[in-house]
Amino acid sequence: MIPTSHYLFLSLALFTIGVVGVLTRRNVIIILMSIELILNAVNINLVAFSRLLGSVDGQIFAIFIITDAAAEAAVGLGIIIAFFRNRETVLADEMDILKW
Amino acid sequence: MPTPFFLDHVWLIPLFPLAGAAVMLLIGRRLQNSAVSAVCVGSVFVSFLFSVGAVWQLIGRPSEERVIQKVLFEWVPAGLMHTSDGRLVNFVADWGTLLDPLSAVMILVVTGVGFLIHFYSIGYMGHEGGYYRFFGYMNLFMFSMLTLVLANNMLLLFVGWEGVGLCSYLLIGFYFLRKSAADAGKKAFIVNRIGDAGFLLGIFLSVGTLGTIRFTDFGPALAAGRFPVGAPAITAIALLLFVGATGKSAQIPLYVWLPDAMEGPTPVSALIHAATMVTAGVYMVARHNALYHLAPFALEVVAVIGALTAIYAASMGLVQNDIKRVLAYSTISQLGYMFLALGVGAYAAGIFHLMTHAFFKALLFLGSGSVIHALSGEQDLRKMGALWGKIPTTAKTFVIAALAISGIPPLAGFFSKDEILGRAFASSPALWFVGFLTAGMTAFYMFRLVNMTFYGNSRVPHEVEHHIHESPRTMTVPLVVLAVLSVVGGWIGWPTLLGGSNRFEHFLEPVMASGGGAHAEAAVGHSGSSEYLLMLASLLIALGGIWLARLLYLQRTELPDQLASKWGGLYRLLYRKYYMDEIYDALFVNRAKDLGTTLATFDLNVIDGLGVDGAGWLTRFTSRVSIWWDTWIVDGLVNLSARIVWLFSYPVRMAQTGLVSNYALLIVLGVLLFLGYYGYHLRYLMR
Repeated sequence: MIPTSHYLFLSLALFTIGVVGVLTRRNVIIILMSIELILNAVNINLVAFSRLLGSVDGQIFAIFIITDAAAEAAVGLGIIIAFFRNRETVLADEMDILKW
Repeated sequence: MPTPFFLDHVWLIPLFPLAGAAVMLLIGRRLQNSAVSAVCVGSVFVSFLFSVGAVWQLIGRPSEERVIQKVLFEWVPAGLMHTSDGRLVNFVADWGTLLDPLSAVMILVVTGVGFLIHFYSIGYMGHEGGYYRFFGYMNLFMFSMLTLVLANNMLLLFVGWEGVGLCSYLLIGFYFLRKSAADAGKKAFIVNRIGDAGFLLGIFLSVGTLGTIRFTDFGPALAAGRFPVGAPAITAIALLLFVGATGKSAQIPLYVWLPDAMEGPTPVSALIHAATMVTAGVYMVARHNALYHLAPFALEVVAVIGALTAIYAASMGLVQNDIKRVLAYSTISQLGYMFLALGVGAYAAGIFHLMTHAFFKALLFLGSGSVIHALSGEQDLRKMGALWGKIPTTAKTFVIAALAISGIPPLAGFFSKDEILGRAFASSPALWFVGFLTAGMTAFYMFRLVNMTFYGNSRVPHEVEHHIHESPRTMTVPLVVLAVLSVVGGWIGWPTLLGGSNRFEHFLEPVMASGGGAHAEAAVGHSGSSEYLLMLASLLIALGGIWLARLLYLQRTELPDQLASKWGGLYRLLYRKYYMDEIYDALFVNRAKDLGTTLATFDLNVIDGLGVDGAGWLTRFTSRVSIWWDTWIVDGLVNLSARIVWLFSYPVRMAQTGLVSNYALLIVLGVLLFLGYYGYHLRYLMR
């Protein structure tokens, strides 16, 4: 049986990749994909602890998060398309109008 | 005993011409001339028939029952009020008619002569524009005049009084495109206003003093011995009413409008400015004889003004060259006679002269209109002459009228004039002498007119002479009827002295009982022989005047010019009408204009300049101050606070890059910082 710590390290790796992706990439679509990685890292973490502790609460949370991720992807892509129609760009460092 | 039909329907008499005027106002423009004539002349004729019927039924009653009053409705129910002597009275002005011998004479004269003049106008005005307008005004005039004459109280009389004034104005200015006509209309209206102001004050004063304005109530209000003879209030009322009469009846000093009123069409001059309207003042004074009986001073004023006007106007008539103006001065002069009669208490004689004068003066005017018609509009006596054979009917009737006004027996003017002169002599020989001189002057200027028009050499320009023609039937028939009346009209007042019974005076006696009775007794008591002498004297001076006119204007035609140049100053004085128009202009008219100009300047500079413009300037000034305060102080403070906030927010603003990546990095760093701090403290626990 695979010990719980392996799951946790996998989750940690995925999370770190996701955070680095969010922080370093310029393309908003890739940032969105990195966020998906972060969410799935959380899912793995939740499921792993659910197995360790013998409670289904963690799995139910994970299903909620998958639903949420789907909704987020839909809304996020919609915003990106609308923005692209206005500014003809999907690069995050060119999106600097949200200021004074 | 039921009231007979016509006596019960006296109130209808003024309404027929009113209906005619209303028809002209509403649809007159679309009617044919013949339809206009039918409606307007017809309405006056119906009025005349009703008047004859009413007077006939009035004569049929015993003399003490000859006062028929009918109140149609209460016009001004003013309620309770205190008179000046403290009585509590219920003051009412009603709309009603009063038919008594005095108003009976007046309605017969007004509707009778009025009908003839309307009929004459069909021919005279036939070729003029505004035919329906002319007849509409004439009918409105008939309504007003009949309202005036039939009124049973002072206020309603005043309504008619103003109505005839309005119609006079409208008809004088009938040719309103001609400036002189429009000006003459205005002059007549304004001069009459001055008199009317006096009349109104008289009405107010009699309301306050007597508490009633109904003629039939004057007797009881005065008879109770409440007012002694010569009471100041009564004298004041009488004098104020006489001021009104001087305006309407063209007496000194308000006579100036009447000569100018000749600018109107000739039938208007005949109807309004000779036969009817101008006699309204005489009627009004006679109507208030009960008041005048208690005011001997006012009567003296009336007599003196009348006598002065008579001779003054006659003197101006001596030298005028406009045929209608001679007649106008003659009218003023004859009205002076009437007031002389009223002033010496001979009310009946005044009204008698009013009636005969209406006949022969209307005839003179209509005749002069016929002459003017024949000469294609020429009014200057110097361009007439030798018309006797060319317009025979006009000429014969005109001479009859001239004889009548000169006082040649047995024509109408002789009886009425002789009656007045006789009474004047009984009262004051000086007044008689003025009237006596006037009689001579009257005969002179009338026959000057006749001689210059109908006899002597023709001075008519050739191109006009070809067109001379006798007037149409519609014009000559009224002339003939009036000529007959001018002859026989005086016979109802045939004096007792000459074997008559003077029915006219007896007919009027019930109305004049308060004043005329005593004087009549005095006159009858006068010795017969001096009466004969007076009669002979006035006849002689009339014949003298006629002889002098014949001498100067037929036999020795060079004499008038020689006389005029010999007494140039006197001639010019008379010819220029004593410069009265100029004097009035200088004294009153120009002063009123100056006052108007001054007030206009004041209005422009002070009211408009200081007041209105000043207020505007002040508003603009204060608003500028407000604008400055608002821009720099109020808005400035708001802007200043914003600027301060902007200044202090500078460092915070710098952190706000707008880049999502930066924010995300900061979040991650924050989380790491927190976790690091947390982990550092927790490591003992983990251990």
